Amino acid sequence: MADLNSSLLLPFIVLLPLIAALSGFVSRRNTVQSVLNVGFACLLFLTVAMLTFLFYKENTYQSEVYEIGRWGAPLGIDLLVDGFSMVMIGLTGVLTFILTIYSTVYYANDAQRIRFWPLWWLLIAGLNALFVSADAFNIYVCLEIIGLSAAALVALQSTRAALEAALRYLLVGLLGSLFYLMAIVILYRNHATLDLAQLAARSSDSFPEQIAMILITIGLLLKIALFPLHFWLPPAHANAPTPVSAILSALVVKASLYLLIKFWFEVLSESATFAASQLLGCLGAAAIIYGSWKAFRATQLKVLVAYSTVGQLGYIFLLFPLSAMASNSHSFSSLASQAAVYFIVAHGCAKAAMFLSAGNLILAQGSSDIAQLKGIATREPVNLLAFAIAGVSLIGLPPSAGFIAKWLLLTASIESGQWWWVIIVLSGGLAAAIYLAKILNLAFTGKPSAPGTLAQTHPSKMLTAAALVLALITLALGLNAELILNMAQPILEVNSI
Amino acid sequence: MSSALLYSITGVGLFAIGLLGVVLASHIIRKVLALNVMGVGIFMLLIALAKQNAFTIDPLPQAMVLTGIVIAAAGTALALNLMVRLYEIEKTQQDKL
Repeated sequence: MADLNSSLLLPFIVLLPLIAALSGFVSRRNTVQSVLNVGFACLLFLTVAMLTFLFYKENTYQSEVYEIGRWGAPLGIDLLVDGFSMVMIGLTGVLTFILTIYSTVYYANDAQRIRFWPLWWLLIAGLNALFVSADAFNIYVCLEIIGLSAAALVALQSTRAALEAALRYLLVGLLGSLFYLMAIVILYRNHATLDLAQLAARSSDSFPEQIAMILITIGLLLKIALFPLHFWLPPAHANAPTPVSAILSALVVKASLYLLIKFWFEVLSESATFAASQLLGCLGAAAIIYGSWKAFRATQLKVLVAYSTVGQLGYIFLLFPLSAMASNSHSFSSLASQAAVYFIVAHGCAKAAMFLSAGNLILAQGSSDIAQLKGIATREPVNLLAFAIAGVSLIGLPPSAGFIAKWLLLTASIESGQWWWVIIVLSGGLAAAIYLAKILNLAFTGKPSAPGTLAQTHPSKMLTAAALVLALITLALGLNAELILNMAQPILEVNSI
Repeated sequence: MSSALLYSITGVGLFAIGLLGVVLASHIIRKVLALNVMGVGIFMLLIALAKQNAFTIDPLPQAMVLTGIVIAAAGTALALNLMVRLYEIEKTQQDKL
């Protein structure tokens, strides 16, 4: 065991969910399937925990390269993790564990589970593969695996709205991936390699590379749903089954965002221009305002949470102007990238908690109308607590993870002398407080609707517990910020080059 | 003009035509077809890339095209399936009216 290093575990975090997906086709009995899925979730969680531990212990900010089939970089596909992808894998590991247990209860005795489980594990395999991959074309394949399985998961409920949302989501996803593929072809033509590290070493600010950068940015922005390309996100996230909504908002959009950040700051950093980064920042600011406004106007609970995602994604785009301005000074850019990574984690946990608790509230009330939530505080106190804690993090109040993330963003904008972003961040928090207070106000003050008019049920304890655990993780992250911030160190190393 | 260049120009042209189709077409089946045209454009470009050198053929772009075709087929199948399901639902809703 002396020479066990973290890179040896990398294939397993992709293989385990793939095997789990296959087992989903084989076992059709409810109990067998539940045991298998929880078992795989535990195994995957342990593997990720061990990987994180080893990565931390090695303390080199980058794992050794794992060469698949010993082919090596230009010809074969390499796997490796750096600090940023380690954070993403850790987030995926924790969320997968909790959401899988939630789904086991959610889909118990539901005939749809036969279709759900293979797609679910395939999605997770795609996410993990994307985060460990060091090959541009392999990343394209991962993007498509994620896109196809996510669209199929959105369509699971087979209602008209769900099918329309899934179809639109699928087409947008395919279009985004094709843009990305076109960019990869241009890069391969110029540098004759697909390995990200080699591409980064050979990159310049030549004209074809700028075209590639534009194509990658447009394609990924479509997938991230940055305003004004967000049109597909609210219907897709709101019409999906609850655990799917949670993973779509918490992880799937973040996967494309991870890739965009990687290309901007690592692979093609030479072609990133100041004007383009300011444009991305402005779109982010517009997303914050527009998303909050639409969330406030929403009449359906899940639509509100989905529009809140549109708004929250905008904050992460402030990374681009904040680190571009300070490219000559090491400390500012590092602060901005730390803020962005921390924001991704904080929003991932908070939004997953919020979607789960919102789903539970909808189950409890038998209706997704916000107006029907009157007086739900007396019937579902724990679920509402989880919703409120997640909300506190989204608004950015201490001691939640969202507070630390926004604090870092504010510090980064003041230190880089771009004070106008401060106004956006602060007013965005205020807007989030307004639309979330609307829900809480209704839940506490309104009179409960007469029982019997709606199909009210009591969501099982496990569903409630999963939402609460995620909400508590959001709080705990706020108290242990150092842990993530130390891990996120490496992208600043790259920024300083 | 070398054949590789001709292939490349055609590939870029197909990509642009497909993109226009995706943005402008209103019918879903046209959008799906336009996405496939875009994909074919990229594959043409890759095939041209494989034979930049007159004497050797680079196998990597060909492997990429094969993978790309599989993915395009899967995406098209899923899109068509969703479309048919949607059509059936719309038809039953219209029959009820």
